[in-house]
Amino acid sequence: MKVSAERCHHCGACVGSCPQNAIFMNDFILDFGEACNKCGRCIKVCPVGAITREE
Amino acid sequence: MRTIECDVVVVGAGPAGSMTAKWAALGGADVMMIEKRPEIGSPIRCGEGISRSWLDRVGITVDPKWVARKVKGAKIVSPSRKYHVMLDESKAGNEVGFVVDRVFFDKALARDAAVAGARIMLKTAATSLIMEDGKIAGVRAVSHGEPVEIRAGCVVGADGFESQVGRWAGIDTSLKPTDIITCYQYRMTNIDYDPDFTEFLLGSIAPGGYAWIFPKDENTANVGLGVLLTRLKKPGEVKEYLDRWIANDPRLKNGQPLEAVSGAVSVCAPLDSVTMDNLLLVGDAARMINPITGGGIANSCYAGMFAGKVLAKAAKAKDFSQSMLQEYEDDWRAKMENGLWRDWMAKEKLITLPDETLEMLVEAVSKVDLERITVQTLLAAVKETYPELVKEFEDLI
Ligand SMILES: Cc1cc2nc3c(=O)[nH]c(=O)nc-3n(C[C@H](O)[C@H](O)[C@H](O)COP(=O)(O)OP(=O)(O)OC[C@H]3O[C@@H](n4cnc5c(N)ncnc54)[C@H](O)[C@@H]3O)c2cc1C
Repeated sequence: MKVSAERCHHCGACVGSCPQNAIFMNDFILDFGEACNKCGRCIKVCPVGAITREE
Repeated sequence: MRTIECDVVVVGAGPAGSMTAKWAALGGADVMMIEKRPEIGSPIRCGEGISRSWLDRVGITVDPKWVARKVKGAKIVSPSRKYHVMLDESKAGNEVGFVVDRVFFDKALARDAAVAGARIMLKTAATSLIMEDGKIAGVRAVSHGEPVEIRAGCVVGADGFESQVGRWAGIDTSLKPTDIITCYQYRMTNIDYDPDFTEFLLGSIAPGGYAWIFPKDENTANVGLGVLLTRLKKPGEVKEYLDRWIANDPRLKNGQPLEAVSGAVSVCAPLDSVTMDNLLLVGDAARMINPITGGGIANSCYAGMFAGKVLAKAAKAKDFSQSMLQEYEDDWRAKMENGLWRDWMAKEKLITLPDETLEMLVEAVSKVDLERITVQTLLAAVKETYPELVKEFEDLI
């Protein structure tokens, strides 16, 4: 998954919604861990559309 | 590596964390509260609306510094905007009240915790649990870029919607898509509106959720909305819903944003357990948000107080086992579990209703003069006009 730093508000909506607990946010850095299975819920939950699939 | 010892480490300095820290410290526990951000209370992720009745019950003194606006009541508006139900103080008891400034409110609660004796570390993010002989013994954290071990008898997960602490410990706090509301809000100024009432707009303006206007001053308000995750069709749609509403509402269309707030709330049924040996969860981390309103500040503060009091006893006894923490589990459940269940079931029903039905509901209630408005009296009022509508809600009355 890819996060657009220009759009992201660091709100944590994706972190709390991730069914795999694969996203971690250390204040301003969003990390996707190995547990990510690309289900795409974070893409949907992000209020500002900051997350996309990595091509 | 730096090591810090304490009785209780609280992860997160929101309302839940500060209240836990305060009440535990007041009872003599040695408390360390850590917050990953550089400033408590900022940036906000909140509509900032609260009722006022509960504040003194949890030991919070109202301070004009964090009261942005006192409101006279709330308006619940039908999808066509033709009808509304007015909940003023005489009818809703003390349930309506303040729009606060979280930047100041959260700091005031953290100050109370510090005055009670708790220590606070900023720019300190918990990254994992310390496990020893299969027991939780504290958290590992990164503080100002340096690793640190905070060893404690009990770890408190007060880390909000994005909570990790519970999941690290094996408490399943994951949410179903139908239990997640995703939100966007502007603090908007230069709007032309009624600054004495909070407003809740129902229907397809915000599918599965609602849109809100919470007054901050004569021409500034928190204007936002939340949509149920399952109703979203494309990325970034929540912001689009909000921008569309603002462009089409004559009161708002000349408004200018002062702050943009993004976030999500859980609207789920209460969890089975939020305590285990050497660990407990409070507030949003424990999924204590009201599933109808999306409000979580009051429940976070209640839970924090209950947890803090029990942690103080546990610290005295040097026993942080689950059986010692069970009293906290009992206290928060006695206060809010039934309400959370009832409101979750009502929410499950409400999200299925089309605009026409919501319109009828609001119309029906707007036409009766109710002495006191509660979920029960509302349903009874609807039943008189539309008995078939209430059938499915009947077991909630
Ligand atoms: C858009 C929106 C509008 C809302 N409107 C209202 C409203 O009008 N009224 C109402 O009552 N409620 C509202 N809520 C809900 C309300 O904001 C929450 O219920 C409340 O903030 C919960 O308090 P808390 O202390 O549990 O969590 P939070 O206030 O979220 O605090 C958690 C803290 O933990 C910190 N943290 C997280 N992870 C770590 C870590 N690993 N290490 C260290 N620190 C960490 C975070 O930085 C944060 O400061 C709204 C929520 C949203 C998203």
